[in-house]
Amino acid sequence: MFEVRVQSAVFDASAEAARLSDARTDVGALVTFTGLCRADPDAAGAPLTALVLEHYPGMAEEEMARHLDTARERWPLTGAVIVHRHGRILPGEPIVLVVTASAHREAAFAAAAFLMDWLKTNAPFWKKEERGAAGGWVAAKASDDAAAARWTAD
Amino acid sequence: MKVLYFAWLRERVGRAEETVEPPAEVVTVADLARWLAAKDEAHAHAFENPAVVRAALDRRHVKPDAPIAGVREIAFFPPMTGG
Repeated sequence: MFEVRVQSAVFDASAEAARLSDARTDVGALVTFTGLCRADPDAAGAPLTALVLEHYPGMAEEEMARHLDTARERWPLTGAVIVHRHGRILPGEPIVLVVTASAHREAAFAAAAFLMDWLKTNAPFWKKEERGAAGGWVAAKASDDAAAARWTAD
Repeated sequence: MKVLYFAWLRERVGRAEETVEPPAEVVTVADLARWLAAKDEAHAHAFENPAVVRAALDRRHVKPDAPIAGVREIAFFPPMTGG
């Protein structure tokens, strides 16, 4: 099973992962990555009260599906699920889920890392921080571009 | 042609989408950004730094030199920060 979803509701990472191995005996490795909302204070000490995620409906799903197609061309996956939330997300809540399943761990680990690196720089989502009355749009990080670029370096 | 804006570009322009009919000399994504920037102060503010504006044509990422002929939907947005 291969699936990508964009939703506002909280997801259940364990249940999503179980769907990739239930009733199968060929899955030897299941990697689950969950990205969570942190409450890190900003430079002035103001704690984060929420993240608001904006997305490009239609393109977000299509771009995630394109990344998944690329991962399937590169690694022998038996299944994968990508879920990305949008809307208002509170500290401690999950934002994004990538689950990859394969016969062996190398493919499952590598495909999960690849998918997360590419999602961060290419999936059309934008985070805005709420810090009490303050806040603002999150700036893109050069380290994320570098992480995504390492998959095309060779 | 439908133009969509996201994140701070949407906030600066003051709307999420608009329909435009650029003249024939507007050939590429970069041309369109320059043409839109000349519309008014809000658009000029949104496009003041082209280096931090990304674009998609019919929901696919493109470079500034991509031609816009035949495109139904073009989106402008900042570098992505999902994940």
